[in-house]
Amino acid sequence: MSNTVHVYDARADHATVTAESPLAYSFQRSGMPAPGEASGEESRAVIGERAFLGHLILRGGAIVLDEALREVLGIGLPGRPNSLTVDADGQRSVQWLSPDEWLLIVPGDETFGLETRLRAHLGGSHVAIVDVSAGQTLIELSGEAAHEVLMKSTVYDVDPHAFTVGKGVTTLFAKTSVILRRPDESRWELIVRRSFADYVYRWLLDAGAEYGIGVVREDRHESQ
Amino acid sequence: MFHIYCPYCEEHREEEEFHPKGQAHIARPEDPDACSDEAWGDYLFFRDNPRGIHHEMWLHAVGCRKFFNITRHTVSYEILETYKMGEQPTVGAEHLAREEKTAREGKTDSVQVAEGGQQAVGASDAALASVKGAQA
Repeated sequence: MSNTVHVYDARADHATVTAESPLAYSFQRSGMPAPGEASGEESRAVIGERAFLGHLILRGGAIVLDEALREVLGIGLPGRPNSLTVDADGQRSVQWLSPDEWLLIVPGDETFGLETRLRAHLGGSHVAIVDVSAGQTLIELSGEAAHEVLMKSTVYDVDPHAFTVGKGVTTLFAKTSVILRRPDESRWELIVRRSFADYVYRWLLDAGAEYGIGVVREDRHESQ
Repeated sequence: MFHIYCPYCEEHREEEEFHPKGQAHIARPEDPDACSDEAWGDYLFFRDNPRGIHHEMWLHAVGCRKFFNITRHTVSYEILETYKMGEQPTVGAEHLAREEKTAREGKTDSVQVAEGGQQAVGASDAALASVKGAQA
């Protein structure tokens, strides 16, 4: 039996079709209110999409994956359940999803190279690496009322004292599921399925209306 | 609303995140070709419906997506413990019988119901010792 794994670059440079983020349609259809625009007051919550990041699901034994990741990327797997490791410049992160599953997020143009190097390093180990970049997107929520918007939406305890920096959970969010995490003091990140992105976006606009929620759109190729 | 402790996530989560998946610890007959129709039928179709302690499988469906076991009291709905797949319960029917006996003797109140549905640990030392012995 052959152990060959075919790896495809999902974002090859020669692509002629412009990539659209999962929220492109929502921005068109539901609009992108500027922070504070609707209420006329200062905005206390801001959302933004960080599209076109590379999302890789790693499955397998913690020890082999941790070793390979430290070698290739310089960061290790989080040691505890429901936690998150972020590298020094905040661009790359690994999150615990379940006892044998982690989510690795890196800038989009690094995904293919990283996957290839990880595979080379892991050799014949019993692991799986799946590129799910196209299936989900990352929505960033910041502002002083960010946690209040979350409190209206999720059953999980998002009090900033309970949900500390470096924590990340998969939980219910407005009847759908999200991966909710807090990489630093000021930001919350929601990783949502592509097909639910529009729903979550509109939910956030509605839930955040009282805080003057607004959207700040990043440039396509800007990584942060 | 239950507040269920997921042994994999190592924290209490809302009941909404979980799905019940029926009776736990159902052993598949060692040799299906050689077992009787009755034994096979029992294995496939027949489930316990006890009044009292029941060991169940639950799935942390929105979360770590792992199966685990819950020991639950079907009358009071109290969750006595949760434990990972492949582990053995430390709370069983004997535990219930002992609790009821002490209740009858007036030593304590009936089966204790934990506030907010959180698990109460009620395993006897003997039961714990036997499980530890089995694992060793």
